[in-house]
Amino acid sequence: MNALSVQGLTKTYGNGVQALKGIDLAVEEGDFFALLGPNGAGKTTLIGIVTSLVRKTAGHASIFGYDVDRELEAAKSCIGVVPQEINFNQFESPETIVINQAGFYGIPRPVARVRAELYLKQLQLWDKRKHASRALSGGMKRRLMIARALMHEPRLLILDEPTAGVDIEVRRSMWEFLREINQRGTTIILTTHYLEEAETLCRNIAIIDHGRIIERDRMSNLLRRLHTETFVLTLRHPLRQAPQLPAYSAKLVDEHTLEVEISTEQNVNDLFARLSALGIEVISMRNKVNRLEEIFIRLVEKGAAA
Amino acid sequence: MSTVVERLTPRPLARGRARWIGFETILIREFQRIIRIWPQTILPSAVTATLYLVIFGSVIGRRIGTMDGFAYMVYIAPGLIMQAVIINSYNNVVSSFYGAKFGRHIEELLVSPLPSWIIVSGYVAGGVMRGAMVGLVVSGVWMFFTRLPILHPTIVIAAAVLTSVTFSLGGFLNAMFAKSFDQISIIPTFVLTPLIYFGGVFYSINALPVWARHLSLVDPILYMVNSFRFGFLGVSDVGVWDAFAIMIVAVTILFVAAIVLLDRSSGIRE
Repeated sequence: MNALSVQGLTKTYGNGVQALKGIDLAVEEGDFFALLGPNGAGKTTLIGIVTSLVRKTAGHASIFGYDVDRELEAAKSCIGVVPQEINFNQFESPETIVINQAGFYGIPRPVARVRAELYLKQLQLWDKRKHASRALSGGMKRRLMIARALMHEPRLLILDEPTAGVDIEVRRSMWEFLREINQRGTTIILTTHYLEEAETLCRNIAIIDHGRIIERDRMSNLLRRLHTETFVLTLRHPLRQAPQLPAYSAKLVDEHTLEVEISTEQNVNDLFARLSALGIEVISMRNKVNRLEEIFIRLVEKGAAA
Repeated sequence: MSTVVERLTPRPLARGRARWIGFETILIREFQRIIRIWPQTILPSAVTATLYLVIFGSVIGRRIGTMDGFAYMVYIAPGLIMQAVIINSYNNVVSSFYGAKFGRHIEELLVSPLPSWIIVSGYVAGGVMRGAMVGLVVSGVWMFFTRLPILHPTIVIAAAVLTSVTFSLGGFLNAMFAKSFDQISIIPTFVLTPLIYFGGVFYSINALPVWARHLSLVDPILYMVNSFRFGFLGVSDVGVWDAFAIMIVAVTILFVAAIVLLDRSSGIRE
């Protein structure tokens, strides 16, 4: 069964801006799905329509088979949403916010209290449960929105840039938490600007641009399409000019930094063998850009050119 | 961050029970809000009631003498209690709902499966709760200084509740349309206050010239104040059952309008 299914989804705002231009998309139950796109591509509009915060102009959407036009109540019961912007009452405490949210989904208060403890502890907010939420840090506020979205144990969790502005340590612990939630059967749709995040977490991906889906594939298939990767090598001894490396494209960035492009037919062992033969000692190596980022930029640029 | 996520899934609740919990939650949240900011929600009406009591009841009232057979201080007490109920019911819903719109936490309710009529009912119940709390405080202040009889307690309660529901719904509609904090203070200041003051709070319309008496009859608050006063003192300038009919019609129309507007999400959803 599809967790989310949309057909011909169109949205034209009052000011005439067409945010979605007939989108078709299906996300399977249990998936960890990335929805990527540049700013203003239509991601948040799509999420808004699915969660009933934005009224669609045309098309159909269903959540686990529940049509959002005919069975809205049932469809909404299945969704938990973590929006891009902070949207809880900042004068209330985290504990009050999550318990009240459970109540809006018909969860009795005794059950809500137990879940509040569970999720606030798991998201490292238990110690702050009685504080005014406006006093929480940016990362804590984002985690609070995740805890709130989980209170009714939704079958589909939609995260709209959940780690924006969150430091790397907290981001990684959030990834671990989301993986666990997904492994236990919750379908997750993630939009993010951190493409490393999408590459690390998601199994399937759609790229949206100018209100249209321009790519929809398995993450592994998409990454396989990348024929070349650029590595940045840090050299122990300075070089005055780029070394002659037949079959490789090499560029000296500065006297201690060399960029080398390697195609999928070539291999790193061969490159290192050649560098060793030239007496060049490499002390570290990294990808110039994230692989998904490279594909993403190419697809979006291609779309813009078309 | 965590090790294992435990599932705590109880049996699915019947839809009616789930909706009741949703309604109850909105009401609890409103109660928490009223208590959290009690110097803004409860205290001002108690202070105002005391001022009215001292100035109109004691200083000016002695010179006026009696009205409809009652000391002026006793005569104006029900109207002033009703004024507090009206203003607080209205203000509670308009500020709470508009605040939720402004802070975007109204989205918590909009993404939930609660139907519009439950959301409206929850906010209105919050308004009635604050109206009742303030009404009791103001009544307490007056009863401390005067002997205020309650001849028909059922009519007192029914008139207070219907009036409170009417103005809570009014506050809800105001908040739906408001686009700034200025717009939620325009109606209370320029519409509500004049209607209350010309609604027979301080006088019997029988003391007015005929044209003014007829004009007063188009003021809905006149019916609310007089039915409430009838409950306490047994005197009214209008027919009590006419007053109840008007209040029931007003509640019905406003409730339907609020649900339709929330369903259409005018001013909330894009």
